[in-house]
Amino acid sequence: MSDPREIALVVNDVRHARVVESRVNLADFLRHELGLFGTHVGCEHGVCGACTVLVDGASVRSCLMLAVQAGGKNVETIEGVAAADGASHPVQAALAKHHGLQCGYCTPGVVMTLIELGRENIGKPLGEAEIRHALSGNLCRCTGYQGIVDAGLDVFGAPADKGSET
Amino acid sequence: MAGGTAGTLIGARTPRVEDARLLRGGGRFLDDIVVPGALEAVFFRSPVAHGLIRKIDVAAARALPDVRAVLTYDDLRPLLTSDRISLALPAAGIRFNVDPFVLARKEVCYAGEPIALIVATSRRVAEDAAGLIEIDIEPLPAVGDPVAGLDPGSPKARLDCPDNFVAKTGVDYGDIDHAFAAAAHVLRERFRLGKGGGFSIEPRGVVARYDPLEDRLTVWDSTQMPHRARAVLATCLGLSEQQTRVVAPDVGGGFGPKAVFHPEELAIPAAAMLLKQPVKWVEDRFESFTATVAERDQDWDMEAAFDAEGRLLGIRGRLCYDHGASTPYGIALPFNASTNMIGPYILPAFRVSIELCLTNKTPAAPTRGAGRPQGAYVMERLLDAMARKLGVPRDEIRRRNLIPADRMPYPIPVKQRDGSLMTYDSGDYPECQRRALAAAGWRDFPARQAAALREGRHIGLGLCNYVEGTGRGPFESASVRVNPSGQIVVTTGATAQGQGVHTMLAQIVGGELGVAPETILVQSGDTQTSPLGLGAFASRQAVTAGNAAKAAAVLVARKAKAAAAHLLEASPDDLELVDGAVRVRGVPGHRKTLTEIARSLAGAAGFSLPGGMAPGLAAASDFLTAGLTYTNGTHLAEVEVDHETGAVKILRYVVVHDCGTMINPMMVEGQIAGGVVHGIGMTLFEWMRYDEMAQPLTATFVDYLLPTSDVAPRIEIHHMESPTPLNPLGVKGAAESGVIGAPATIVSAIEDALAPFNVVIRDLPLTPAKLRALVRAGTKR
Ligand code: FES
Ligand code: FES
Repeated sequence: MSDPREIALVVNDVRHARVVESRVNLADFLRHELGLFGTHVGCEHGVCGACTVLVDGASVRSCLMLAVQAGGKNVETIEGVAAADGASHPVQAALAKHHGLQCGYCTPGVVMTLIELGRENIGKPLGEAEIRHALSGNLCRCTGYQGIVDAGLDVFGAPADKGSET
Repeated sequence: MAGGTAGTLIGARTPRVEDARLLRGGGRFLDDIVVPGALEAVFFRSPVAHGLIRKIDVAAARALPDVRAVLTYDDLRPLLTSDRISLALPAAGIRFNVDPFVLARKEVCYAGEPIALIVATSRRVAEDAAGLIEIDIEPLPAVGDPVAGLDPGSPKARLDCPDNFVAKTGVDYGDIDHAFAAAAHVLRERFRLGKGGGFSIEPRGVVARYDPLEDRLTVWDSTQMPHRARAVLATCLGLSEQQTRVVAPDVGGGFGPKAVFHPEELAIPAAAMLLKQPVKWVEDRFESFTATVAERDQDWDMEAAFDAEGRLLGIRGRLCYDHGASTPYGIALPFNASTNMIGPYILPAFRVSIELCLTNKTPAAPTRGAGRPQGAYVMERLLDAMARKLGVPRDEIRRRNLIPADRMPYPIPVKQRDGSLMTYDSGDYPECQRRALAAAGWRDFPARQAAALREGRHIGLGLCNYVEGTGRGPFESASVRVNPSGQIVVTTGATAQGQGVHTMLAQIVGGELGVAPETILVQSGDTQTSPLGLGAFASRQAVTAGNAAKAAAVLVARKAKAAAAHLLEASPDDLELVDGAVRVRGVPGHRKTLTEIARSLAGAAGFSLPGGMAPGLAAASDFLTAGLTYTNGTHLAEVEVDHETGAVKILRYVVVHDCGTMINPMMVEGQIAGGVVHGIGMTLFEWMRYDEMAQPLTATFVDYLLPTSDVAPRIEIHHMESPTPLNPLGVKGAAESGVIGAPATIVSAIEDALAPFNVVIRDLPLTPAKLRALVRAGTKR
């Protein structure tokens, strides 16, 4: 059951080599092995999206991926999102501006989902429906999604939509 | 944000002081707490809804390497002062208190009830060990339905109770018999209303550390009510309050269930004391479905009597509530539901008998709204039925019954928990409805509806008016201290689960002291920093903690001026507090900062304090409530219904809302939007299902659906502000209001959309399958 394996991976531009039990999932590995507690666990069955991280640029539910599967890969988590000089990422700034978080438990997953959405649509303004669709795998019990969607529109929407009530 | 002249921050959309940390992964939630040497725990739970434990064999589990202990009731009982966890909240009408056991003793009364506790070096090992426990349970008949459970012939949900009829209460005022005798019309309706769990995205969790050197227990607990948890722990473990510290760290949403003390919150500290090592337990999502309290079905059988014009004369009936397997949080919920049913309407006579039934389900306790959404739903359904019967438009039937603004304050002959009469303090309910109808385009809607119908689309518009009693007492605490370093610290017995409590308090205190809110440190949720407190429930903290913090800040400002008068040799009347400094009016350079004043009030050995004042620039205050203050609102929803698939799409959602003076409108809107979407879930998606053996059938987010961003509509929010006379800030609560109006509004809209099919909706939730069945049962006109 323990079956330990050696893995090496890059997390937020830092290389880590560790020995892990093969059954440990990536979320637990990030949190309890690397101390990156920003990735949250809300269901452990792939629905809530709180554990969303980017692996080689693609969003992944880290509760559904084993740590060993992330071996050799490049992982991005909420802790690596702000700029090196400490400046917030535009998505982070917009979530604060539009009250897109309350308890903050779903927030790291929301940020990672929105960052992926932005990278996939560089130069292409997004509408409210597209943003709502992209976020539909991130459960939030606090906000009713309104502030999150408004933050997404502010960063990725057409100029007319930015910060407005469509 | 800059500071400014004292008192100017009420009503500002101040950015939240919580956000910077949370946005960078810097929150410290329960599972982020690392206590060196901590063991990890897993509970072994009852697989059946009702049965007697014949035999439990934990030998194989104990023998697994890295397992430190497998504990059952008999192992923990020696540490406890009583057999059961004494939780009873005082309640008239309760026939017997059913306090839970820390672990099941012999009888198991719901699937998910904790039976054994496995403690190991890691959770993975503890889970392996749980799989090795062998148990033999003699099955007993289970009670799954609260109405059937009250039949004399019903099996018993618990063998330790005389029957299932755990409590009887009710509301009774006015001459109900006369109302029905004199009525031009009477109608009767029956409703079966489900409401699910809180389902905060962060599950529950507990970390406990017992320090033998100091003989002290520290418990980190994802609770809304750390002071209550401390009281229960101290009582059950035979400790003093001073030995017992409960800390609620960042809590990832509460919504009610985290206000309830659950058996795990005692089992984990007891295990830490027994094993002399810290122990951590974090709930998984399966447990949050089976072991965390939730709301359960309400069965309403109601009759309305009204005159020829549609004015209500009286309402009577019976409300039966499924209370699950024990009474961990009193019986207030159905009482709330029935008193909230009255809503913003004139109801001359009211009699409802409330019967609570024990069943073999996870114990019931309030979730966001706490019965009020169901009460509002029943009243609004009755009004829609009356409108149909009389051929009066739905807005008009309400207008005829709404309490006019000139009758405020409006007393209702219902006694509250604190013995006072239920009294609406302020508000203009007819105007609220008028604005909502105008905002949603009520008048033009029939034309739009007819046009849509010509295209084969069924659209409908629905509405609901409601009130919410907020700011439940008896008190909340706050203190404000300016440290000699200049740091301003606010402590409070209020607790934070995402509402923005820290921002709210920092905004109030910052306003009074003329400093920027983000420079103020707010400490909440810790019984060590605030010895007295109640915490988060009943939309109360802006009212109670907000006014306590204001009073404390006013005292600090006054003391700062008095001290500065000595230091500046000026008259206190000539001084003003601006930008964190006291200065002489008209001579801005002649000033003392709060830091300088705090330093001189900190004292120095042998020197006297300015003006012989008491030391320290600090004050504490407890705000005592003078009764509930009533928030109100009107919701309108426009929906499109596919009568073939039963799919409902919410096209538009309008809220006109009045919670008195708003401290931070941005946060009020966040509460409303979150509440509305919770109410949408309750109406259309969230359905906790059980089989006839009371076995839960929905225990994942795949089976039990929370509303997602693609089904949630945009919520358009308009404010009215009728300040309450009941507190100095004029504020009312806003945290549950959104959920109250949503079910009635959406169902009224769906009925309107499906009027061609004569669809009448009674039960909740309304899934597509149920809606299709109603369409089939209706007849196309
Ligand atoms: S914890 Fe991974 S999706 Fe919920
Ligand atoms: S902010 Fe609390 S779950 Fe999203």
